[in-house]
Amino acid sequence: MNEEYDVIVLGTGLTECILSGIMSVNGKKVLHMDRNSYYGGESASITPLEDLYKRFNIPGSPPECMGRGRDWNVDLIPKFLMANGQLVKMLLFTEVTRYLDFKVIEGSFVYKGGKIYKVPSTEAEALTSSLMGMFEKRRFKKFLSYVANFDENDSKTLECVDPKKTTMRDVYKKFDLGQDVIDFTGHALALYRTDEYLDQPCLETINRIKLYSESLARYGKSPYLYPLYGLGELPQGFARLSAIYGGTYMLNKPIEELVMENGKIVGVKSEGEVARCKQLICDPSYVSDRVTKVGQVIRVICILSHPIKNTNDANSCQIIIPQNQVNRKSDIYVCMISYAHNVAAQGKYIAIVSTTVETNDPEREIKPVLELLEPIEQKFVSISDMYAPTDVGTDSQIFISRTYDPTTHFETTCNDIKDIYKRMMGSEFDFEEMKRKKSDIFGEDQ
Amino acid sequence: MALRELKVCLLGDTGVGKSSIVWRFVEDSFDPNINPTIGASFMTKTVPHQNELHKFLIWDTAGQERFRALAPMYYRGSTAAIIVYDITKEETFLTLKNWVKELRQHGPPNIVVAIAGNKCDLNDVREVLEKDAKDYADSINAVFVETSAKNAININELFIEISKRIPSANAGATSGKGFKLRRQSSEVERRCC
Ligand SMILES: Cc1cc2nc3c(=O)[nH]c(=O)nc-3n(C[C@@H](O)[C@H](O)[C@H](O)COP(=O)(O)OP(=O)(O)OC[C@H]3O[C@@H](n4cnc5c(N)ncnc54)[C@H](O)[C@@H]3O)c2cc1C
Ligand SMILES: Nc1nc2c(ncn2[C@@H]2O[C@H](COP(=O)(O)OP(=O)(O)OP(=O)(O)O)[C@@H](O)[C@H]2O)c(=O)[nH]1
Ligand SMILES: [Mg+2]
Repeated sequence: MNEEYDVIVLGTGLTECILSGIMSVNGKKVLHMDRNSYYGGESASITPLEDLYKRFNIPGSPPECMGRGRDWNVDLIPKFLMANGQLVKMLLFTEVTRYLDFKVIEGSFVYKGGKIYKVPSTEAEALTSSLMGMFEKRRFKKFLSYVANFDENDSKTLECVDPKKTTMRDVYKKFDLGQDVIDFTGHALALYRTDEYLDQPCLETINRIKLYSESLARYGKSPYLYPLYGLGELPQGFARLSAIYGGTYMLNKPIEELVMENGKIVGVKSEGEVARCKQLICDPSYVSDRVTKVGQVIRVICILSHPIKNTNDANSCQIIIPQNQVNRKSDIYVCMISYAHNVAAQGKYIAIVSTTVETNDPEREIKPVLELLEPIEQKFVSISDMYAPTDVGTDSQIFISRTYDPTTHFETTCNDIKDIYKRMMGSEFDFEEMKRKKSDIFGEDQ
Repeated sequence: MALRELKVCLLGDTGVGKSSIVWRFVEDSFDPNINPTIGASFMTKTVPHQNELHKFLIWDTAGQERFRALAPMYYRGSTAAIIVYDITKEETFLTLKNWVKELRQHGPPNIVVAIAGNKCDLNDVREVLEKDAKDYADSINAVFVETSAKNAININELFIEISKRIPSANAGATSGKGFKLRRQSSEVERRCC
């Protein structure tokens, strides 16, 4: 490793692996190291199950009924991919899709008055939903077809709404929608975590609802996708891309020192050797003096032997608990997957509850949600700090990723990747930059 | 005829001829100046086997094994693994046993293992006896052949032997496989007659 590289990357989380792939594809000489013996860092999927027990200091080994330990791949950070989202676009442009198989999440649900309801997102579903009364249904159906036809450049479709001026609150008023419908539209379709959007111009919200519907239209059932064997496959796929383009990979490397000269990174020291570089990419855990805490997330991994009640026995689903249903400022999410995704032993389900911490008793904040999941066979609770860089790298050439936030998809992660790219390269991120530069498939389907 | 896609991964020390074997199998050619693996990631070839077509999706390592950083994704869902050593280098035969161990630990439970003793055209500088390798392969119930990517010896046979070991379709049927992401049909199929 006593060599000179263009870029050294520390940590094999998703953000780092995607950036590493982009850099290698564009001809940079990359050295990618991780202090752990596995890929994925904070965004790893832990296997076998024994390792998860150890990681959370649960005494003893998993009981017999948990099946074989190596059948488990448990995500530390729960997220789904939006079928029409930016991560899917990155997977397609880089052709990392070739290494992965996906399933569609079976349904999205919303919590209301202590119960779970399927989120109606098409007209047909809206008409059969028990979430709304008869008249409300008609009005919601009208609203959905209005959104579907909405085109900011075609005044005929706007019906007197000014996309840049009329607030979303007024649009809801125009369709005479009640509080419950507003709640699930804002939080389960437009996926806002707070209610601040209500008093902003409606265009952004309408576009989000459109995007949700378009993602939904791609595969039906729900707008979300999930890779077989867990989210940990995603960083591994991009790491392979980076390696194919010459990136050097080393795991299990303790990082002893970042070597600086005149305030600029010039190398990284590991096991007594120094690898030199011009730029460094890393996650916050490698540079605690250059990041600041921006909040906390609580995540509770729950192993179940049953599908969640009132979800039609779905083997995967998302449940959104809108903030005002539980007297909070931010929504609580549940992501559930199961043996059907090769992440759990036969007949087992993994539900992960996550949200932004708002009080000093976070476990209590999510108690009403845990009740929906009972009986829970085993719980793994983590409360983690979220960090953002205080050093944007202009002088140091150190580029630090943000901690994964509590959103249940990868859109904010992708925004961070685009932002780091821009700071490193001095030009706007372009998906075209990710395309493979040479043909590397041989045989029949070139 | 029913088409079955079979993922096969390659393992073995650097320089033993992994890429050369695949190149010979897929393109029927040999390049003595082949680079240490960078670039080739994915190769396919279809061969008939009884009343089925076996489409081999062959994954070459991407150099990640050099510092023991092979990702588990590499073995995931593999039907077979080909572990290659160089008959002219004893140490490549000794490390083969570590690859077998690694596969047993991290690979799928029913993976078919094949051992290829490559460069058998270099018989006069041989360091590993065919019998020793054969005995070892038998002891772990693996396919065994000596191959030469250079002279096209036993390369097709290697894959034929693998085909024979693969359980017939229904036996290993797993419930509900996933799918590959593709561009939206409107993006790719917009092409004039
Ligand atoms: C179709 C669609 C599906 C979504 N699905 C989910 C979901 O399943 N779970 C969830 O938690 N949130 C979802 N969101 C919303 C998510 O992208 C929010 O931005 C995020 O939850 C933060 O919301 P906010 O109101 O706090 O931040 P905001 O201030 O609204 O946004 C924060 C930043 O993210 C950008 N941004 C917002 N939405 C997107 C987007 N879709 N793509 C790219 N950049 C974006 C904004 O421009 C801004 O820079 C979805 C949004 C859309 C449009
Ligand atoms: N004589 C002889 N040489 C071979 C044979 N197969 C491969 N070689 C040579 O061995 C060298 C290494 O071959 P590769 O196919 O690159 O080996 P590899 O295992 O893919 O190596 P890495 O990609 O570095 O892990 C090349 O110089 C080949 O020409 C063979 O059957 N006979
Ligand atoms: Mg090779």
